[in-house]
Order: sequence, then structure tokens, then C-alpha cells
Amino acid sequence: MITFSDKQLKSPKMQRPVYLVTGGMSKFARAFPDKRTEELVIDAMTEAAEFINMTPAQLKKYIHTCYYGHFADHFGDQLLGESVIHDRLGLDPLGNIGVKTGGATGGSTLWEAYKTVASGYSDCTLAMGWERMDEVPTDEGNNYISFAADKDWETPMGHIYTGYYAVMAQKYWQVFGKEEDSFRRTMAEIAVKNRGYARFNPHAQGPMKITVEDVLNSPTVAYPLLALDCCLMSVGAACGILADEKTAYEMTDNPLRIDIGAGSHTLRVADRRNMEIPLLPNETKDQYADLAQRFPGSDRYPGFTGFLAARVAAHYAYNMTGIKDPTEDMDLVELHDAFTISDIQTYEDIGIRPYGEGRTYVESGDCYHTNPNTGQPGKLPANLSGGLLGNMHSVGATGIMQVLEIGHHIWDRWAEMHGDEKKWAKFDRQKPEDWTDLQVKGAKRGLAISHAGVGSHVTCTILQHPDKILPGGMFE
Amino acid sequence: MSCGCEENRGTVKVVNGRYKPSGKFHFPQPNTPIRNEQGVLLGITNPRDIVHMHSYGGEAIFFESLGKGKLMASRCDNSDCETTGSIYMPFRIHCPDCLAKNTVIDITDKAKANSIVHSFMITERTGAFNTLQIPIKFVNIEFDGVCTILMGALVRGEPSIGMKVIPIFKTQNPEYIITDMLWVAEGTPASDLPEGYSF
Repeated sequence: MITFSDKQLKSPKMQRPVYLVTGGMSKFARAFPDKRTEELVIDAMTEAAEFINMTPAQLKKYIHTCYYGHFADHFGDQLLGESVIHDRLGLDPLGNIGVKTGGATGGSTLWEAYKTVASGYSDCTLAMGWERMDEVPTDEGNNYISFAADKDWETPMGHIYTGYYAVMAQKYWQVFGKEEDSFRRTMAEIAVKNRGYARFNPHAQGPMKITVEDVLNSPTVAYPLLALDCCLMSVGAACGILADEKTAYEMTDNPLRIDIGAGSHTLRVADRRNMEIPLLPNETKDQYADLAQRFPGSDRYPGFTGFLAARVAAHYAYNMTGIKDPTEDMDLVELHDAFTISDIQTYEDIGIRPYGEGRTYVESGDCYHTNPNTGQPGKLPANLSGGLLGNMHSVGATGIMQVLEIGHHIWDRWAEMHGDEKKWAKFDRQKPEDWTDLQVKGAKRGLAISHAGVGSHVTCTILQHPDKILPGGMFE
Repeated sequence: MSCGCEENRGTVKVVNGRYKPSGKFHFPQPNTPIRNEQGVLLGITNPRDIVHMHSYGGEAIFFESLGKGKLMASRCDNSDCETTGSIYMPFRIHCPDCLAKNTVIDITDKAKANSIVHSFMITERTGAFNTLQIPIKFVNIEFDGVCTILMGALVRGEPSIGMKVIPIFKTQNPEYIITDMLWVAEGTPASDLPEGYSF
């Protein structure tokens, strides 16, 4: 049993509020043989400038420090790739630094930019993320990704990262899913939902109109995970601009409050030791007293069924912002659906559902834009961007994309950013005839989870409309 | 065109505390253009052959022992540590709590007597440079009294949660990597083990 001290679990107290001013994204695709990374990054930066009616040159005048996230130097075959991008963006001689935390790189890049503004070092920061995953054959790409596992103890066994998730899927399915076909169908429903929402996103790489049966009939990648349970491998860029209150309101009339917590856990799932379940504000110790009786095999925490890093990131973020219950306090979420199983695991880790009951978030229809069971708005829509399954997983950009997608709803500009015919044409993509406006009406708060490895790093980002800040946070 | 990779491939020794490579490590190959259907140049291939010289450090005893048919774990024996007595497999050089150097212990008999599958998966897809036979079956293994769960590859038998498995070791021509230890279902006869492996 391992324990944590009060000092380690202390709620962060930042020096001043931080705002998301704007952000932008490139097109996302499996490959860009005709574009260098700097072109994609400039596409993202240009969109960010245009979003607040600035030119890129005007926007750059505000930036004081730059954070660059890309997970794998070896994919781009360029060390100090951050320096290349910084130069091409014409941002010398500003201080800049690279951030690498695997799949959570985007979220971690924002985390660093956030702390820099909160501390007072900078009034305005750039968080730019990208990944260049197309410049090696797919099997070599899988080999590279497998080096994000332990290179001595795990990588030599197949050089296939999906396998490390599949063992968690197997355990979760048998313990919390009770080996029921209905649970397997619920996993598949996530793949259907997110790929379906991607159809309405011009940036998205993997839109698909599919059924649960299509998912269940897709080829096995690593049993029990099937091809359509697994996220995309993508190329693209995304950026966010963060600022203090005074600077933010100089740049735009509509900045959003942003706060970020982060957590971690062992790189190898093998190294997870037992501990008591750390509780979130909407949980009690008693509710888990009989967990092992209700779900035989769940006696280890976090075992292979939960992500401690996600729980700890949520713990910090909820305390920083006054969140008591994410389902009640948030209007929508973007979760790290690298695999359908990790999506379900995360519902529990961040308190959307108690441990063991994640499936009910899907089965209730709460996670949909429009609840298929009632025809009414979903209680807490998830991954309306299409997520990593349908939109993209351009690793360094992913966590930033998620936050921007939440922002578009709170800014009430989702339809503008996703429905514009010119954008569909620019990306050489066909806007579907049944394109649907997924704007969450009246959205004021949202949450994004950026996640690495088998849970080695997780960030939890909370966006709030300045007029609807929750009570009980750091500054309230 | 042969890259000549087979000739005099490099090896490394440590002499006076420094790496001493000998033989040939680099086999240059020409770059080739990447063009689209219209023949327009879009990029170029960058082939290369790179060898890393990687230290096992304090884990070396674990990898050395596999080829001798032994499974070495480590244990915190610091009486002041709040988790003293914890046994680690995967092997940890230092205790993650007190950071004292762990004691190396032999858990071969324990592993042969009672290794249970905690979870598993089966895949026919691999990344580049895979050396395991397809399909690959990962098994995550619980040992009595060990606080962590090792991942390994099952090469005989069909995996299931709760099944009993036995370690086998590449005692002939070991490669000093984790796959020098594989796993088989309990009851697998010695005659059915992969070449070079023994109980």
C-alpha cells in the first residue's frame, strides 16, 4: 500500500488568473507529403490570429514566452525541432522550451504556458503542439511509439503499444464489464459516436458513418481491442494563446478562464502498487467499501482498470476551480479516447461515474450531443470534435485541440469554426449534406483530459466563461 | 544492392570504464527521391543504420541471470522504509519510496511454483523489428508476495485470467534481453519448448 502526504496533495494556488485568448488548428491527416511541419504550424497560428481579428504579425507582438510540444523527435528526425519552428514563426529572441510527455504532450504544453502566465513571468504565452508521424512506414511508427514503453522490459515484446492497452481492456471487460457482450457493444458505441461526430469537423482525419456491428466486425489489432476501437495516427498542429486578465482583454472581448492540474503514474503498468482510492469531491469512502464484492477481481487500485494520474490531475483541477461534481458543473468534455476502453476508464477516474459504472455514461445517453434515448440534449456531451478516434491524434497537438474544441462551444462559435464552407474547401474535404450544428447551447464550462502512455502523465484542463466562474475556486 | 551489413558487424566491449566499439557499425546507403504521380519532387528518403550502446546498470544481473535459468527480483530491506520488505518484479534497483538500494533476491522457485495470469491480450500485429512469433500473447503475471505485476509473453497454451504459467529461459545462446524469459502454460512438456529454452 502506498500513501501520499498532505503536502503532495495540496491544492495549487496560482498567483493570478489565466485566460485562453484564442487558438488555431491545421488540417489533420495521416500524411502531408507536400508540407513541412512549419507550414502546418503556421496554419494553426494564422487561424488563432484570425479568430480574434488579428494578423499573425499583430498576434506575435503580444507573445512573451513560447512552449512547443511534440512527443517524438525521432518521428521528425530532427533534434531541437522546437528551435526550427520557433525560428520559422519568427519568434526569436523570445525564450522557448520543448515539452514532451507522450500522448499528454499537448496538455502538458498548455500546463507550462499556464504556469508561466500565472507566475507573472509572462503576460502572454504561446503553446504550440504538433506531431510528424508520417515520415516513417506505419510499422516503424508503431515501433517508435512502443519505445514510449520501457525499452528493456516491454518494447521487445512485439513493439506494439496497443498491446499494453489491450491487457487493461481485457481486465476491465472481465471485472467491471463482467464479460458481457453488452459491455463490448458499449465500447463499440463510443467508436461509433466519436467517428460520427468527426463527420461534422472539417479538420478531422477519420470521419466515419458506422454501426456497432461495423466496429465489432473490424479486424483485431490486439484482442480484445479491434481496429475501430483504436485511435488515429495523425499529422497536424494546434496552438493556444494564454494571457493574464489585463492582456487578455486587450486582445479580445471574450477570453476564457483556464486552469490546469496534472498527475502522473508509473510508465510500466507492471509497476502499479496497491493503494486506497483517492476520493474526488463527489465521492465517499463508503461507496467503494463493497467494490470488490460487487465486482470480483477489482480488489487492486488502480490495478489495470483505472488511471491514477487522471484521478490526481482531476483532484488538483477540481480543487483549483471549485468543481464539486463534473457532471453537474461542466457542460461538455473532451476525453483522451486513444482507445474505447481508456475512454470508459477515464469516466471513472475523473468522477463522471463511480468506479465500476463507467459504461452507464454511454448507455444513459448522457455523453451524446443529443441523447438517443430521450431526444433531449445530452447531460454532458463528450468528444464532439470526434476525439482521437475520429478527429486526430497528432500527439503534441492533441491536448491543445481538445481545449480549443471546448472553447469553441463556450465562445458560442462552434458552428462558425466547423461549418464554414471555405474551410471545408480549403482542406479539400466534402462537407456532408447532413452536416449538423453540434454547438452545445449555453455552454459555459468544459473539461479536457490529455493522457500519456498507459497513464504516465495526465492533465486536466478546465475552461470557464468569465461570467460563470464556479464558486470555491482559487480566486473566488 | 547489398548494404554489406553482414560483414564485420560491430561489437562493443568496456575497457577501463569506457565503451570500446570494434568492427563496422555504419553502412551508408544512398538517399532516394520521393515524387508524386506527376513526377514532382516532394521529399527524400533518409536511410541509415544506427547502433545504440545501452547500459543495463544495476539491472544487468537480472538480464545476465535469465540466460542461467534464474529470475532475479529485488527487495527493499531498509527497516526505516514505510514499505520495507516489498519485493519488486519488474526488478527495481532502488526502492521507489526510500530510494535505498534494493537487495537482489532469487524468485525462480517462487515463479515456478505459483505464477498466475492477471490479464492478457493476443495480437497478430507488431511494430517493426519484432522478433516474437505471431500471434503474440502478452500475459501479466502475479507472483506470491510480489507487489507488482510482470508483463511477459506466453508461447505455449491459450491465456486466461487466473491460469497458472511457468517461466522458461533461453539458456542456449541467450540474447540478454527480456525475451530470454518466456512463459508457458502449466503442464507444457519440455519437449514442446521453443529451441534454446528450458525450464
